[in-house]
Amino acid sequence: MSALNYDDIGDVVPTVTGERTAAADASLDVRIAKIDRRQFLKLTGLVGGGLMLSFAGPKAMANGGVLQPNGYIRIDAGGILLYAKNPEIGQGVKTSLPMIVAEELDAAWDDVQVVQSPIDQAAYGAQFAGGSMSIPMNWTTLRRAGATARAMLVSAAAKRWGVEPTTLTTRDSHVVHAPSGRKLAYTELASDAAAMPVPAAGALKLKDRDQFRLLGERITGVDNDALVRGEPLFGIDQSVPGMKYAVYQKCPAIGGKVKSANVDEIKAMPGVTDAFVLEGNGNAMELLPGVAIVADSTWAALQAKRALVVDWDETDASKDSWTEAKAQAQKLAQQSGPVAADQGDVDAAFETAANRVGGFYTYHFVSHAQLEPQNCTASFKDGSLELWAPTQTPGQGIGSAAKVVGISPAKVTLHQARCGGGFGRRLYNDFTCEAAAIAKRAGVPVKLQWTREDDMAYDLYRAGGFHQMEGSVDDEGRITGWRDHFITFSNDGRRPVSGGNMARGVFPAGLLENLRIEQTPLSWKNRCAAWRAPGSNVFGFVVQSFLHELAVAAGRDHLEMLLDVFGEPRQLGPRGMHTGRAAGVVRLAAEKAGWGRELPDGRGMGLAFYFSHAGHIAEVAEVSVDADKKVRVHNVTVAADVGPIINLSGAENQMQGSVVDGLSTMGLSVTFEDGRVQQSNFDSYPMLRLPQTPGVDVHFVASDYPPTGLGEPALPPLAPAVCNAIFAASGHRIRTLPITEEGFSLS
Amino acid sequence: MDVNVNGQRRSLGDVDPQTPLLWVLRDELGLVGAKFGCGISQCGACTVLVDGQAVKSCSYPVSAAGDAEVTTIEGLAGENGELSALQQAWVDLDVAQCGYCQAGQIMAAEALLRTNPSPGDDDIDQAMESNLCRCGTYIRIREAVKTAAAKTAAE
Repeated sequence: MSALNYDDIGDVVPTVTGERTAAADASLDVRIAKIDRRQFLKLTGLVGGGLMLSFAGPKAMANGGVLQPNGYIRIDAGGILLYAKNPEIGQGVKTSLPMIVAEELDAAWDDVQVVQSPIDQAAYGAQFAGGSMSIPMNWTTLRRAGATARAMLVSAAAKRWGVEPTTLTTRDSHVVHAPSGRKLAYTELASDAAAMPVPAAGALKLKDRDQFRLLGERITGVDNDALVRGEPLFGIDQSVPGMKYAVYQKCPAIGGKVKSANVDEIKAMPGVTDAFVLEGNGNAMELLPGVAIVADSTWAALQAKRALVVDWDETDASKDSWTEAKAQAQKLAQQSGPVAADQGDVDAAFETAANRVGGFYTYHFVSHAQLEPQNCTASFKDGSLELWAPTQTPGQGIGSAAKVVGISPAKVTLHQARCGGGFGRRLYNDFTCEAAAIAKRAGVPVKLQWTREDDMAYDLYRAGGFHQMEGSVDDEGRITGWRDHFITFSNDGRRPVSGGNMARGVFPAGLLENLRIEQTPLSWKNRCAAWRAPGSNVFGFVVQSFLHELAVAAGRDHLEMLLDVFGEPRQLGPRGMHTGRAAGVVRLAAEKAGWGRELPDGRGMGLAFYFSHAGHIAEVAEVSVDADKKVRVHNVTVAADVGPIINLSGAENQMQGSVVDGLSTMGLSVTFEDGRVQQSNFDSYPMLRLPQTPGVDVHFVASDYPPTGLGEPALPPLAPAVCNAIFAASGHRIRTLPITEEGFSLS
Repeated sequence: MDVNVNGQRRSLGDVDPQTPLLWVLRDELGLVGAKFGCGISQCGACTVLVDGQAVKSCSYPVSAAGDAEVTTIEGLAGENGELSALQQAWVDLDVAQCGYCQAGQIMAAEALLRTNPSPGDDDIDQAMESNLCRCGTYIRIREAVKTAAAKTAAE
């Protein structure tokens, strides 16, 4: 069973952030376009009053009338400010993380203002958005942060009133002395509280779950007002004085170098101020070779890019071919591969089986297709670099950009900008490195803008894969053997790509007596990396579809068979699934969807379960399939056990979005020939649209386990639930994604 | 060249008349609510209104606007900053995830409600089909359009 999948993002979790001091205004200026930052601070000082101007940076300890016991809270007479530490890429952490602080602080949510924090490892530890880790990694820290400030406010009130702290309570940003009816606002107490000793973590009393007032409520996102007004929140919205607009053309086949380019002609074009060749730094995750164009406007830069003619040296460039990879995999599937995991005796089980089933599963590469194309604003001046970047890993962004321009990470300031989607693509900072290199060479601040075509051509793709599946059941319909020869891809010729490794054990490993995983990697030059729920997003499809194949072969109800596979309620390893929680969500989803009820011809229900990112999720899809193999998904019922819910609105939104993303991806494919990506824009990568969207009913199990993240785990069960429903409706077993490869389409 | 945006006549100097309206709004006028997503009218992130009609500003030359009135997301709120019914519904229903497409979604919905104040599901499907949401917030988008329509009808 996969654990938290931390390994899949482990290579990108920030390790270098340098000796950074608090960049006091880091979060404010990402909202400003076309206004100088210092001028803005002056302006807000004039019009905004004390709160914004008194922004002192989270490292400053409590002093001068400001209660700031840690990097997450700042209270003074002007108000309560909470810092959101991690990048916001759409999972709502800029709202949910501060909610945890506010709960233990006992601050009224309406009294709170939230800002993005600076990048500061000393104050915040790792700051990144990935692996659905924001909530589980920060839950305890944020609760303690809130409780610390609350305790100091209580101490201050006790001292002022000359009463015992134990006689005081807190509620809605006030300390209350019930016996005398007195109460004081946190803002009135902040100055006194700042002088109180900071309590030790062990002395803090955290709330019991039934004392939560804010957590579990529906809270609208803290940026929603600015979003619906079109204010500059995103990376692409940034602007700095004197800024030029840059584009960067790389070789259409990864690994190609620039032989020559018509740089002089490009420089003579209207609006173009500079054009030059960059050699690259030899690291495909940082700076690939290419031609940079710098111009007075985005449009001038884009026009020049169209006129650019480059002669590429493709000696070392990718020759990747999907057609060839598929043919190779089909051949390999007939053979055994290197054993990656083995338990019991699969071959013996197959020999004595009452019934054997086999099938060859295929899934294509897909693209992240985050809606905001990659971009980054960079300013290189006097040996220092300043970046405005929509990245999921700002710490790593600082480290790699510093390397590319040859300065110390301490000389880099990175301002976190809201990200127009991430899905794993922005874990990698190639676009940040490019912007830094271009800004240094051009000698002016630049905003680097990728086109959609750049994004499709230079993505770090979710790898495709192939699985030769074999399974057996005994005469009572129990699964006796399971074999999976997984043909995966490798970028370095040794390790499988991110999300392409089953060796660590994937469901139903640990639950079956006889199971063998064989794993053969194919060499692949185009870069592959984490894509929402790495590994799980494809293994879920194969494993949960094949389980259904075995249930059908055994003549058993899928629900009943799944529960039988889970067996007795137990925890499978410290970070593994809990079979009781798994059974709980499967039963709940089935019950809410009306599993087993009579359906008209051409209509069917499918079930799937998956455990990933510490979340237990079951989904039931109800679909119709017509004679033209058009699939209409009517409804999807989701049951999830992820511990207590932080923000009910955000949590539900993630579940709905994961279902839509999962369904959308069932129709998508990226293919390669001669090293080149065959799709170029949304016309050849047709994502799901509003009319095809099913209803999604979401149910959360109220469990007392620590809360875990929701950015990813609801995606993996969707494709198998729908494919199992297609089988129920039509009798056709889908073994290929996208389903268009088998003649089906979504309607 | 000049263009009428959100009730104001804005001077553009010697901008190339073929420049897509999107880049004029973003680079020249500092109105960054309309977003760049695909550049080929496929995603709708750049949707603005020209004389009340939804257009994909990434593929709409600024010269085509002529004397028409361009409305962007920045022009929807009232004089004192009060949100329109659609904007308020988007906030109340917490529609956004990453939020990148939402200005375009709201503008497409604005164009719909201007011609059809109480749209049914099919009307919403048709009007909103050309706007992609990569995060998959379609369920809430549909609800928000209905909520705004109902609120406007009640007033």
